[in-house]
Amino acid sequence: MLAWTIYLSFAGALLLALMPKAKPALARWLALAVAVAGLALAVQGFAAGIGQGRVTIVDLPWVPSMGIHFLLAADGISRVLVLLTGLAAVAGVLFSWNIELRANEYFAFYLALIGGVYGVFLSFDLFLLFVFYEIAIVPKYFLIAIWGSTRREYAAMKLALYSFVGSAMVLVGLLAAYATAGSHSTGLVELAHAGLPVSFQIWCFPLVFTGFAILAGMWPFHTWAPTGHVAAPTAASMLLAGVVMKLGAYGCLRVGIALFPRGLDPWGFSFIGISSWRDVFAVLAVIGIVYGALVALAQTDFKFVIGYSSVSHMGFVLLGLMTLNQIGMTGAVMQMFSHGIIAGLLFAIVGRIVYERTHTRQLAELETMHLSKRLPFAAGAFVVAGLASIGMPGFSGFWAEMQVLVGAWKVNSWWAVIAGVGIIVGVAYTWRAMQKAFFSDALPSAHVLEEEHEHKLAAITWPEVTGVVMLVGVSLFVGVWPRILLDTIEPAVKTLLAGGAQ
Amino acid sequence: MNAFHLLSLLTALPLLGAAVALLAGKHARGVALVTTLLCLALALVVWAEWSRLPIIDGYGLIEQHAWAPSLGINYYLGVDGLSALMLMLSAIVTLMSVDAAHRVHHQPGLYFALVLVLETGLFGTFTALNFFHWFLFWELSLIPAFFLIKLWGGARRGPAATQFFIYTMAGSVALLIAFLAVFLSTNSTDFPHLTLLASTGELEQMVTAHLGPVMIWLAIGVLAGFAVKVPIFPFHTWLPAAYAEAPSPVTMLLTGAMSKMGVYGLLRIALPLFGAQIALMRTPLLVLSVATVVMGAWAATAQKDLKRIFAYLSVNHLGYCLLGIFALAIPAAQTINNPAAQTNQAIVLDGVILQMFNHGLTAAALFWFVALIQQRTGGHRGIEQFGGLRKPAPVLAGLMGIALFSSLGLPGLNGFVGEFLIFRGVFPLAWVAATVSILGLLVTAAAILTVIQKVFTGPTPEHCANFPDLNHGERMALAPVIGLMFLLGILPQLIVDSVNPTVVNLLAHWRF
Repeated sequence: MLAWTIYLSFAGALLLALMPKAKPALARWLALAVAVAGLALAVQGFAAGIGQGRVTIVDLPWVPSMGIHFLLAADGISRVLVLLTGLAAVAGVLFSWNIELRANEYFAFYLALIGGVYGVFLSFDLFLLFVFYEIAIVPKYFLIAIWGSTRREYAAMKLALYSFVGSAMVLVGLLAAYATAGSHSTGLVELAHAGLPVSFQIWCFPLVFTGFAILAGMWPFHTWAPTGHVAAPTAASMLLAGVVMKLGAYGCLRVGIALFPRGLDPWGFSFIGISSWRDVFAVLAVIGIVYGALVALAQTDFKFVIGYSSVSHMGFVLLGLMTLNQIGMTGAVMQMFSHGIIAGLLFAIVGRIVYERTHTRQLAELETMHLSKRLPFAAGAFVVAGLASIGMPGFSGFWAEMQVLVGAWKVNSWWAVIAGVGIIVGVAYTWRAMQKAFFSDALPSAHVLEEEHEHKLAAITWPEVTGVVMLVGVSLFVGVWPRILLDTIEPAVKTLLAGGAQ
Repeated sequence: MNAFHLLSLLTALPLLGAAVALLAGKHARGVALVTTLLCLALALVVWAEWSRLPIIDGYGLIEQHAWAPSLGINYYLGVDGLSALMLMLSAIVTLMSVDAAHRVHHQPGLYFALVLVLETGLFGTFTALNFFHWFLFWELSLIPAFFLIKLWGGARRGPAATQFFIYTMAGSVALLIAFLAVFLSTNSTDFPHLTLLASTGELEQMVTAHLGPVMIWLAIGVLAGFAVKVPIFPFHTWLPAAYAEAPSPVTMLLTGAMSKMGVYGLLRIALPLFGAQIALMRTPLLVLSVATVVMGAWAATAQKDLKRIFAYLSVNHLGYCLLGIFALAIPAAQTINNPAAQTNQAIVLDGVILQMFNHGLTAAALFWFVALIQQRTGGHRGIEQFGGLRKPAPVLAGLMGIALFSSLGLPGLNGFVGEFLIFRGVFPLAWVAATVSILGLLVTAAAILTVIQKVFTGPTPEHCANFPDLNHGERMALAPVIGLMFLLGILPQLIVDSVNPTVVNLLAHWRF
């Protein structure tokens, strides 16, 4: 059944692309229907998969001479991320409700992107995974270049270039692995069991891992992320931060770590305390956490604050992966889910609910607008989302970051300590943005008050309320009952750690 | 073990009320009144019944479920005499606060929803037996408190709220780090289990084996977290601003219930787990407690604003709790085979717990009177702006006088018993500290008598001549509170008897 998430999304995209005339209302309802159906399938797949290991969904020979299969399967990690994609897709449509410009094309690209993302999370054939991965990049470019804002061509191009460079690195690594393993099969399981030589893994691992990590926003290759997030239309930045960055992290885990586990072995020598690729990437992750948070603290543009916060939070995913222990990697997968929900929510509030009404994202200008009084819903939503983002207990992010920290501590206590500093800075930048954007103490002049009275901000619409309630609800639900995800993620991580890929 | 979900129900009830209040708009106060009354009834049931049900490790009404097994986190709650009393105090103070919040014109729905969320935070904090469970509610209570100050406070509410938030947050971070270290060493965050480990000395061995000799630093981290909340000198500087800028009904919650979270944390977490380290640092900690007592009292005499006076008096009164707590942490070598010292420890602990409850009641009542005065004067609360109020408003003067004398510690009123027991027990354990603290008692008396003198006695200035007295409804609302002050002053055994088994059990598990 899970495979239908992919087919349905692409079918929806095709239908919208072929729709003869621009009928925005029809387009958005159709997109919503497809997204909801996808979410329903994802929920059904998640529920049906509880307690199960890896389940093959479809296995058809595709290019038999090269051993390429159309192989879709799902384990606990895939199911959690498919669920995330379903949720993000629905929320994204809801927050695109005001798109009028070429709406059918917009939603066609949007659904194609979603279909690609579903495909990546469900592919257990390397070639297939790569195809879906590339499919996901193309619509992203158009979404930003056509419907974006600030310096959209520049941002779209930057994003596409970074993505393609990353893909090229991944492709080289994968071809090498395929050839080294004897060119029999591109199945993830087969390749993981092919017994690739350690010396090969040591150089191939960093290539593939970095290739994927570019899309996960790893410092210092993160610079596409903030500009891309800011330029993208709201729904696209929600998807970028919410699921596309997870594609990168997922690739790091599913391909990088699972295929080349020995690539993380110590080199046999130590350079300034770093003695393996694991140390290298863990240090980059920790730098990303702190750097992202510090840069977010200095931003004057509201959306850039959230953009850099994504870099910081994705650092936790990469750090969790590099712990290579049960608790840290479980935390990493949980953080992918949690950040997907929370980042989506933050971008929705900043980019859609606030920006579409105030037409500014400058904190200094927002400071004079008394948004806590004029947009109480947005203020309340941002407070809750901000709390979730800083890792307040009771929200999903708390469990995720806590597990990553505990896992990191078990490997190298300094990683955990410095990442902990990142969390504290996280409190500071979220706090600062909240204060400035919504709760400024500056008193308005009578003239301003009069003007505000005359130009009331547009009322909050039902898609906005629905989207916010849904995302907040999910983060809270997982925060109150983390086992709903943990029980699915933990066995999958366990098998992954025990036997390479599966 | 989970047959009875009374405590979960009690914790969830205000949250439910908050959701209804949010939608109820201007009827929110009614919703909040009903909810807090129900909570008080439930808290009374818990207080009366908990010890009749099966008791494990000294706790009754236990509920335990695995929450996040990989992090050793359980949904784990239960009550003992101390928790049950604090539940009751929280329920009473929240009810008083809702009662006092007559005139919330600006977004009443949100206001009362936040008050009720705060109550959930209090209930959760006082019942949790797992660190993370406890921490969730500890943090949860901070958020509504911040917004209540930030959105409904006085002129300088912004900085006050920020200062309050940042101080408390810094304390929370210290707590969290300390407990992460404990978890990494022991794989557990359940208080009863950790208490057991600490009482045999295993906790320190495990932490030292895993992380090196950091136990003392963990103790300092945990103490810092609570020091901010109580507060302990010199971490108190957020308090006067927060108490003064918060609307008076919110100040009632802050001082009546939230400050007890810090003292409770010391009793539930710091002493059981880090008793040996606290015993090592006993002298500096006693110095800080004495400083809290004396400086609090002294600062109160220098203030002109009723709210600031009472804020500093709160610092002073909780200083007695700290004095007792740190005085009883004497190294085990001195208490073993020394029944007299053990009796003194029990007396002090009885006194501390009584003082927690009584200060909560009295301080909340005092700020309620401030709210009543402010309603009549349009916000004025400087002691110089009044005079001779006993003529135009004899009932107000009389009742507030009772509350003030309770705060002063007059025998026959509730405030006396706790302070008496604390001093009675501390003298043999730490006579220097006790002697210096007596100074605090004297200065407190001076501060309170000054208030009475300036506000209620003397000639009545013209603008006070028509000061309206308490109306019928206000008298009815205040009567039970004043009655309780007398009742507990005359029959302190109502509380002492119910907490005594817990005091014995706690002391038996603590290892200094």
